[in-house]
Formats: sequence, C-alpha cells, structure tokens
Amino acid sequence: MLRKFMRKHDVTDLVMWLIGFGLLVVVFIGTYRTLASGKYENSVWLDFFIFGLAQGSVYALIALGYTLVYGILFMINFAHGEVFTGGVFTAYFFAIAMERAGFIDRHWVLALLILMAIAMTVSVMVAVVLERIAYRPLRGAPRLVPLITAIGASFFLQYTYRGIYGSGVKTYPDFPALDGKLNAFGREWPILTTQALVIVVSALMMVFLYWYVQKTKAGKAMRAVAEDKEAAALMGIDVDRVIVNTFALGGAMAGVAGILYALLFKQVNAFMGFIPGIKAFTAAVLGGIGNVPGAMLGGLFLGIVESLGPSLILDGLGIPAPYQLKDAIAFTLLVLVLIFRPTGILGERLSEKKA
Amino acid sequence: MDKEIKFSWQDIIKYGVIGGIVALYVVLIGMVVTFKERYIIAETVNLGQIALFSPTFILAYFAANNARKLKSLIYAIVVGALVGAIVGVFVAALLVLASHVNMREVFLNVSPELLKILHFGQESLKGASLVIVGLNLIVGLVGGLFALAPRRWSNALLVGAALVTLMGILQELMSITFGTKDWYKPLGEFIYAKKGLSWGGTILFFVLGMLFSLWRSSPGLHPGARVAKLPPKQQQGVRIVSFLLGLAILVWLPKFLGSYPSEILTTVGIYVIMGLGLNIVVGFAGLLDLGYVAFFAIGAYTVGILTTTGKLATVGWNFWMALPVAIFLATMAGVILGIPVLKMRGDYLAIVTLGFGEIIRILVLSDWLKPYIGGAQGILQIPKPEILGYEFKGPQQIYYLVLIGILLVGYIAWRLRDARVGRAWKAMREDEDVAEAMGIHLVSTKLMAFATGAAFAGLSGAIFAAKLGSIFPHSFNLIVSINVLSLIIVGGIGSLPGVVVGALILVGLPELLREFADYRMLFYGALLVAMMLVKPEGFVPEKTHARELREQPLEPEVAPEAPAREAL
Repeated sequence: MLRKFMRKHDVTDLVMWLIGFGLLVVVFIGTYRTLASGKYENSVWLDFFIFGLAQGSVYALIALGYTLVYGILFMINFAHGEVFTGGVFTAYFFAIAMERAGFIDRHWVLALLILMAIAMTVSVMVAVVLERIAYRPLRGAPRLVPLITAIGASFFLQYTYRGIYGSGVKTYPDFPALDGKLNAFGREWPILTTQALVIVVSALMMVFLYWYVQKTKAGKAMRAVAEDKEAAALMGIDVDRVIVNTFALGGAMAGVAGILYALLFKQVNAFMGFIPGIKAFTAAVLGGIGNVPGAMLGGLFLGIVESLGPSLILDGLGIPAPYQLKDAIAFTLLVLVLIFRPTGILGERLSEKKA
Repeated sequence: MDKEIKFSWQDIIKYGVIGGIVALYVVLIGMVVTFKERYIIAETVNLGQIALFSPTFILAYFAANNARKLKSLIYAIVVGALVGAIVGVFVAALLVLASHVNMREVFLNVSPELLKILHFGQESLKGASLVIVGLNLIVGLVGGLFALAPRRWSNALLVGAALVTLMGILQELMSITFGTKDWYKPLGEFIYAKKGLSWGGTILFFVLGMLFSLWRSSPGLHPGARVAKLPPKQQQGVRIVSFLLGLAILVWLPKFLGSYPSEILTTVGIYVIMGLGLNIVVGFAGLLDLGYVAFFAIGAYTVGILTTTGKLATVGWNFWMALPVAIFLATMAGVILGIPVLKMRGDYLAIVTLGFGEIIRILVLSDWLKPYIGGAQGILQIPKPEILGYEFKGPQQIYYLVLIGILLVGYIAWRLRDARVGRAWKAMREDEDVAEAMGIHLVSTKLMAFATGAAFAGLSGAIFAAKLGSIFPHSFNLIVSINVLSLIIVGGIGSLPGVVVGALILVGLPELLREFADYRMLFYGALLVAMMLVKPEGFVPEKTHARELREQPLEPEVAPEAPAREAL
C-alpha cells in the first residue's frame, strides 16, 4: 500500500511544497507584523525601494553576463564576478590619480566616462582571456568539467587581484557633483543623485544591449549560435568568434556595473566580486537564465527584495540586526526559485522570441 | 626538414611572449620576494629564483618539443635559447621601468627589495638587464635540451629536481623534528648547508630521485607488476603484509616525528576524512556539492555546544556522547539539504549547495543566533576527548583519533564503492535516465550519497572541534569546501588512495611552506583549471579508469581523458 502511494506521489515534492508554504507563511507573518507595528515611515520605505532599485540595476548588468554566456554555451561562468572585480579594481588606480590631479572636480562626466572605459576594457580582457585559456579547450566536455574550471578560475583571479593590487579595502574617490539629493526640473527629488545616475546609466546600457542583440548583425549571429551551433556554423557564422563576442559583451556590462557599484558602495577589494556575482547569478536564474530581459527584471527584483526584505520580513519576526541576514535572503530566494520554478519568471533561452 | 615541423619565428615569439607574461605575473604577484629566504641549494638557489625561471624553462621546453621528433640538437638549442631570451627581455623591461617610475602604488610587490634581487648583484641597470636576459637564455637553452631527452630520462630528471626541491623545503622541519636526535646530527650536517641543501645533499637526492623514477618506469622492476605475476593467494598475502606494515608505520609515526609534524598530519587527516566523504558525493555519485563545509560545521558546532565548559555551556557531555549526535545531525542535515536539490541538474546543484553553505555561515555569524552558538566569538573551552584515562590532549594523541576515523571511514567508503549502492551511484553518475530505467531508485540513491558524505564531514568536524578546543565561524567558510574539492580532483575523482595523496599534497605541503599561505588559494584555483584541462582523471586515477586505459592501447591520447570526463 504505502509503496504504491510512494510511487505515485513523490515524497520529495510534498516536502518541498511544505517548505515553500512554510516560508510563505513566515514571510506573511513578518510583513504583517512589521507593517502593523508602524515602525518605519513611508519615506523610509521609499528610500529602501530606491536603494533597492539602484543596487538591483547593478545586479542586472552583471546578470546579463551570466545570461548571455549561458544562453550560448549552457555553462555557468562562475568567474564572472571576478571579471567585474578586475575592471573596477583596476580603474580605482586611475580614479585616485584623477582625483589628485583635480580632474574629477573639474570634469566629472568625462572622468566617469574614462573610468567606465578603463573598467570595460579590463573586464573585457579578463573575460576574453578566460574564455580562451579556460573554457574554449573544454567545449563539448561534460557540464561539470567547465564548471569546476570556472570555480578554479574564480579563485585564481580573486587571489591574483589580491596578490598584485594588495589585500586592503580601497575607497573610491568622491564625486562632489553627485552629492546630495537630485535637483532637476526646478525641484528636489526624493532620490540621491548617485542612485539616479546609477539607475539611468544601467538603463541605458540595457537598452543598448537589447538593441545590440536584436538589431545588429553580431547580435543576430549571437542568437543564431544560441539557437543551434552547428546550423549557425553551416550558415557561415564563425562560432568561436561569436562566443568571444559574447564574453566580451558580458565583460563590458560587468565593467560598467563595477563603476556603478563603486559609486554606490565606494569600497573595492580583491574579493568584492564574489557575492555580487552569486547574486547576479540568482538574478539571472530568477528571470530565466539565457533570457536577456529576464536578467534585467530578475536583477531589479532581487535588488528590491534584498533592500526591503530585512526590515519588512525579518524585523517583524523579532530577529535582531536583520540587516546582517540580507545575503541569506538572496540565497534563500535563489534556492526557492531553483526549487519551484527553475526556468525563472520569463522562461529560459536566448531564443528568437524572448531575447 | 619535415614540412610540418619547421623552424618558425612566429611560434618562438608566441612562446616567448607567453613565458614573458607568466614571468612578469610571478614577479608582480610577489613570489620572488616572498620565497627569497627559502634556500634550496647551498645559499645559492632559492625558491623565488626557481619561481622566476620556471616559466622560461617550461615554455622553452614546449617550444622545442619538436626537437624530440627531429632529433636535432641545434634546433633544440636555438629555439630554447631564443624563447629564454624573449622572456628575459620582458623581465629586464620591468626592471628598467620600475627603476625609473614608482610602480609601487599600483603594484604592491614592486618593492626596492625586488629590484635589488632583480639586479643579481650588478651595480648598473645595463649590467643587470644583460644578466637577466643571459640567465633566462641559459635556462631556456637547458629547457630546449630537455625536450631532446627521451621521455623516460626527462621524467627521471624532473623527479630528481622535484626531490631536491622537496628536501630543501623540508630542511626546517627536519631540524625541528630530529635536531636533538643523535643519529641525525652527522646525516643533517652532510645533507644540509646552513640554508638549503649542501652540494653533496643535492647530488645525493637528485640521483636518488632519478634512480627511483627509472626504477618505477622500467617494466620488469616495477613492484606492482611483479606482484601481479604472483599466484592470487600470494598476491593477497603480499597485500595483507604491506597493509599491516603500513599500519604499523602509521601507528609509530607520531612517536618518531614529534609534536609539530603530528599536528600537520592531523590536519591532513581531517581533510582526508572530509575528502573521503565528498568523494562519495562528487566522485561516486557525480553531484557537485560546494556547500560541503556546512556539514563539517554542523559536526564541529554540535560537539562544541554539547561539550563546552565555557560561557555557552549546556549539557556538558563528554566527547564520546556528543560524537554520535554530531554525526547524526550532520547526516540529517545532508538528507534535509539533499531533498530540495534532488531534481536539479548538475550546475544548478553546485550553486544551490554553495548558497546553502553561505546561509549557514551567515546564520552562524549573525547576532540572532549569537546567544546559542557564540557568533563571531565562537565556542571556547571544548574539553579534549578521554577514554579509559587516556586523554587525547596534544596533536600526538589526537593523531590516533584521526587515524581511527580515517580507517573507519576509508573502510566504509571502500566497501560501499563495490556494494550495490556504490554501483548504483556510479550508474547514476554516468547517466541518470539510464540508471533509473535500470531500476535504480534515484531519490534514495542520491539521498544516501548526501547522507553518507555528510556523516563523514560530521565526524571530521567533531574531531576538528576536539582537536582545536575552540571553534570559530571563520574556520567554516567556502574555502574549506574548495580545498576539499581540489584535493579529490587532484588525487583523482572517485579514487580512494587519491584522496590521501591529494590531501598530502594540497594540505600537507602548504603547512610546511609558511610563506606559501598567501598563494595557497591562487595555487588551488590554477590547479583546478590545469587539472581539468590537462589531466581530468587526477594523479591517482580510479582503478576502473586505469583498467580501461590499459585495454585501449590504440588511442593513448583519447583514452586517458574520455573516461574521466564522462565520469564527471
């Protein structure tokens, strides 16, 4: 009897649904109690939300790198977080040089553009070299082989940065022009200028990427390779080149994301890319890995949940110092998504319709 | 000359530039300065120089690799020397640049000390540059010549050089361990100079290493081959005798070695137990688990909480009462964490388990659970285990605890490997769908793998807590998981002796080389990449793989790689 029942209904499904249901109840209770206690004012929630949006757009930019590579190679580029670190950490040295020369005070827009260009260049280089040395020879190997390589590459890069640039935490110079709240159209908006800039720049980058993938010839080749490598090769597309392009594009996005991250959080170090990398991966999975708009959406969603979550959910449960657990929220979200909807919100693949 | 193998400037420049970049990397990452005090041979050759010149040697060797086919001495010499010279130009350029510009602000390791080393005793910059190029040229030339030697002999030379390096590194440990013993004094005086091996010692170990390698590689003399010729009954006898002999040596070892080496061995042993556990999950069942440290932490914290007599004291049990609880809880955690990830495919599984590991670490560090498990301050005053009045107080005693643990866990892993469940694991590793079609119940088989692996980690964690007497959350970060993964991959995925070899190399050696601590994770990362690219089956491949390799002599290039990759 029992065996028959077990065969029909997978016990693990039941357990998983129970866990999920339990977590939902916990989230509900926490939210209700926080809101009922009225501990935070509405303006505080708005601040949390905008901060979440800003950090979410950084996650989204990094997530694009995961998604693009996954869409084409079906591998998780575990070292993508380190591609991100490489750009922003290298640009740091130019940033302090520019600050010392007073360049940032005089031409902050130009300075920012230069920093982004440097970070993009370095990130692209790291991504391309990584592909050439660590991933290309393993194409066609079983899935876990490139994954283990990627993990190795991730640690190798982290400790390379540490070895070459030093292990200390470095603070990015201030951009005085970006201090305070945003003043535009004759009034003050309830948003910090830095955050507004981060959101705008990443939105522009995402629009650019969307245009690139959809409208340009290179983007078309990319989608063709994602669809079917052999067929694309027969159509005269140089698959290796497209793959390098993809890594470069992901690297460029990560480079910009690095500078935006530095604007938001100010501090850089050799290991800074690891946690944002995992979170961006979460975002990519959340939106449906391999799916470009999905990665953007997932990034924003994760950023907001992470910003609101600790205060909204955990505070209500009476957990002290809930902010410490914000990374745990992101990881829990990742685990939940992978359990309940592994294809993500918008579904997988960089295919014709969804890309 | 053959059409395909020709003297190509392009190749020489390519290899030279790669070598130059690698050499610059070695310099910028600081190895030359860090290892400068580690003398290998008689105060002349130190490990930093070896690190500086090995890229030259290796790339010259690869560039001149065609020489073996060509049997052309001139080819080998010219190509090797040219590649060496190009590498030298890169390093010299760095020296010149660094002498004029202050690079220190960006590249931390371009210190005055480094410049002094790179001057090689020369006063002028010009002289120093010439010396650098010249030395690299000579090293490259030797590398080129090396490519000419028959493979058996070049392997022997390499083993000789490796043994010399190893003995040089071991100097300090030897004098700490045996310095007071009477029999060691004349021996030590002969082998070692003040810093590094003496010339006599160098020659001795070089020749020993070469002889050993030649002996291993000659088919008639290899011990394994000779044993295989014996009748089965005698073979078993040989195996039992060698096992008992090995065991006796292991039991006697801490008494012979003293406290510090025993400490290292204990650490290695703890990793061996973890490795045997992860080997079941990754190696046998093919489930890449990056959150493995969570089970280690659960084992350690259970013992810590249940036995501590410090501030967080609860029930104050002794170690032996807490041990089964620790293993049980770790096993349960393995099952609980195993259930949600059952249906995930390989690469997602890795990230989710990593997420689990991080969640556990964050929870341990949080203020929320601090009253129960101590937060960042950890748990102190964990009493040492005691049995019938014998206290496992120092490393020399804990060693036996670890040894018993390894024997137990190793025996279980060995028996499981060929048991029904072990074969089910391997079938699942090769192809889940086929395995299911053959009647393997995937859910219970996977959970069994997670549970067994977690139980081993729990045991390891429990011993770890008892060994240190205090535990802190930072001992349980992701790096531990990566260490364990690296050691089973280096040893050979799915191979039991491979775990021991991997742990000795990856955990034991770095303990001997204290300066190495900074480069440890760098090295592991590079090793993971290199192993996957070059030797995915590991250094001690699983027996079935080895058998498959011997049966397919026709495809020596493909055979070593294909089975191991499929195995993953």
